[in-house]
Amino acid sequence: MNISRRQIMVLLPAAAIAWKYVLAGTPEESPNYKMSEHWWSMLIDIPKCIGCGNCVRACQTENDVPDGYFRTWVERYHVSDWKMTNPEVVMNNPMIAPEVISPDGGKEGFPVATDESGKYFFVPKLCNHCADSPCTQVCPVGATFISPDGVVLVDQKYCLGCAYCVQACPYGCRYIHPEKKVADKCTLCYHRITKGLTTACCEACPTGARQLADLKDPKDPIHEFLKTHSVQVLKPQMATGAKVYYNDLDGSVR
Amino acid sequence: MNGVEGFMYPNEVGLQWSVLIVLYPFITGLVAGAFILASLERVFRVEAVKPTYRLALLTALAFLLVAPLPLQLHLGHPERSPEMYFTPHSTSAMAMFGYVYLWYLMAVLVLEIWLDYRREIVLWSQSSKGLMRIVYKVMTLGSSNISERSLSIDERVGYIVTLIGIPSAFLLHGYVGFIFGSIKANPWWSSPLMPVVFIFSAMVSGIAGVMLLYMAITKLRKEKIDIHCVDTIAMYLFYIFIIDFSLEMLDLIHRIYEADESFRSLNFMVHTQLYFSHIVVQICLGTLTPIILLGITQVVKLPEIVRKRIYSVAGCLTLVGIFAMRWNVVIGGQLFSKSFLGYTTYKMSLVTREGLFVAIFLTILPLFFLWALVKLLPPWPAKSLPEAAAGD
Repeated sequence: MNISRRQIMVLLPAAAIAWKYVLAGTPEESPNYKMSEHWWSMLIDIPKCIGCGNCVRACQTENDVPDGYFRTWVERYHVSDWKMTNPEVVMNNPMIAPEVISPDGGKEGFPVATDESGKYFFVPKLCNHCADSPCTQVCPVGATFISPDGVVLVDQKYCLGCAYCVQACPYGCRYIHPEKKVADKCTLCYHRITKGLTTACCEACPTGARQLADLKDPKDPIHEFLKTHSVQVLKPQMATGAKVYYNDLDGSVR
Repeated sequence: MNGVEGFMYPNEVGLQWSVLIVLYPFITGLVAGAFILASLERVFRVEAVKPTYRLALLTALAFLLVAPLPLQLHLGHPERSPEMYFTPHSTSAMAMFGYVYLWYLMAVLVLEIWLDYRREIVLWSQSSKGLMRIVYKVMTLGSSNISERSLSIDERVGYIVTLIGIPSAFLLHGYVGFIFGSIKANPWWSSPLMPVVFIFSAMVSGIAGVMLLYMAITKLRKEKIDIHCVDTIAMYLFYIFIIDFSLEMLDLIHRIYEADESFRSLNFMVHTQLYFSHIVVQICLGTLTPIILLGITQVVKLPEIVRKRIYSVAGCLTLVGIFAMRWNVVIGGQLFSKSFLGYTTYKMSLVTREGLFVAIFLTILPLFFLWALVKLLPPWPAKSLPEAAAGD
């Protein structure tokens, strides 16, 4: 085949652009780790969470999360009792709306509850690593993507910082890094899990309320757990294919 | 720190999209609307609006040149924005921006303006002196053929370009609406009506903008305003405004009647933080008032001077109303928590990259561009166009 110099002038930049397109979306790799053998998720056992904030602190230390922004955080819900005198009013009343707090993401724990009535519980939040993630769908350059092992990641050397993904996440899990000016979020400690470790938050949880799970591993206890417990994901109506499973999730949680 | 009421997810407290992203749909709306007005004359043969034809095209170009600036200034890494062209993500509405923008700028607007002005450009390149002569020479693109046949080909091609331009203008702004309307995470935005509402509001703002510019420039030139032309524009403005308002009300009534899980939260927001910008400015001042004013001119026979006054007031209010609409969409959509349990506030900064001063500068900038374009390509028939020998 004869290729003239003029054709090369056209072909080379085209090939360079095509190669860039191929490279964008290739996650960092670890030797001996096969992406095709894993499909990562997380299990959150709400009754076990004591709201200590260890996970938030561990995440911040491990991943250098800037102050005021959160890859994971803990919310405390307080759902009041039904007003027995006139319960019908409650349905249209903000009283039924739960009172939620998350002071500094629950990093330093929570203040003592003053209202004795109703129920209290903690809900740890993080990126749901959705299988049909709305955030990766909208990225104009594909800088954020789902890795073959099911983790939603951001290529920070490629991100424009347009914040469209932040708008598209229904769970508020993304932010624009104040110094790097790019989208940042939970990576499910990708640098750790590809080396056979668990995530920083799971490692630091004193009660085992957070457990990393591999849905492709037949020996992973997640399978038995999902079979025997009533498990829910956040905002199922969004149909995002969220992969953070919550055990005993109260209907008031948003 | 932003004032938070109730509960926001901790990453939601600060707004991601600032006043610059309010400006962006406002500016592209003016572009699309101005172009539609121009096409009224070209495609739909509404001869009455002819005096504004060229002005509308130049206005569209002036604003289109500024349109990407607020986006660039907003990006965390503006230097990476060419990646949108090189490695676009096929499922992203935003990724198409570059292509739609370039298509509209180069294939539609610039081509149409060039074809329309070609005869004059050739004549100016022969009659003007010095630097301008070189500029016009370059703008002829090497063709000085203004024979009868050549001009009639220009005319036909120009017609086809306008024909393609109308759906392109719809695409340009409908796509902007889709950027917001397709975000299912945000109930304030997520609506299939969003692109349609954006298109009609774009037409409203563009038509009002060109009408005001025409009246202002004609006044500055100490010429007589063609009242028949302005009457016709005002009539179109009135009817399109009614469609726009109906669509917006349809969206609103639908939301109120359906009252889904987000309703209580959004309803509260509209009655508190957004009350002034949404109810007072957008609906009452910026929509109902101009519709009533324009309606009066349609029904009652008023003297010319009164009509002109009414058109000026209605036009200004319309632009304020459409700006408020963009504000309420972009800023309003970020004031409530996606948990529906709380609200944050938007505090505009003054001198930062995304601050008020930059926003004002970007709003005025298109007028300077327009001034330059009008100097270069006067949109009105020259009093004594040099009838130099047409080269072949």
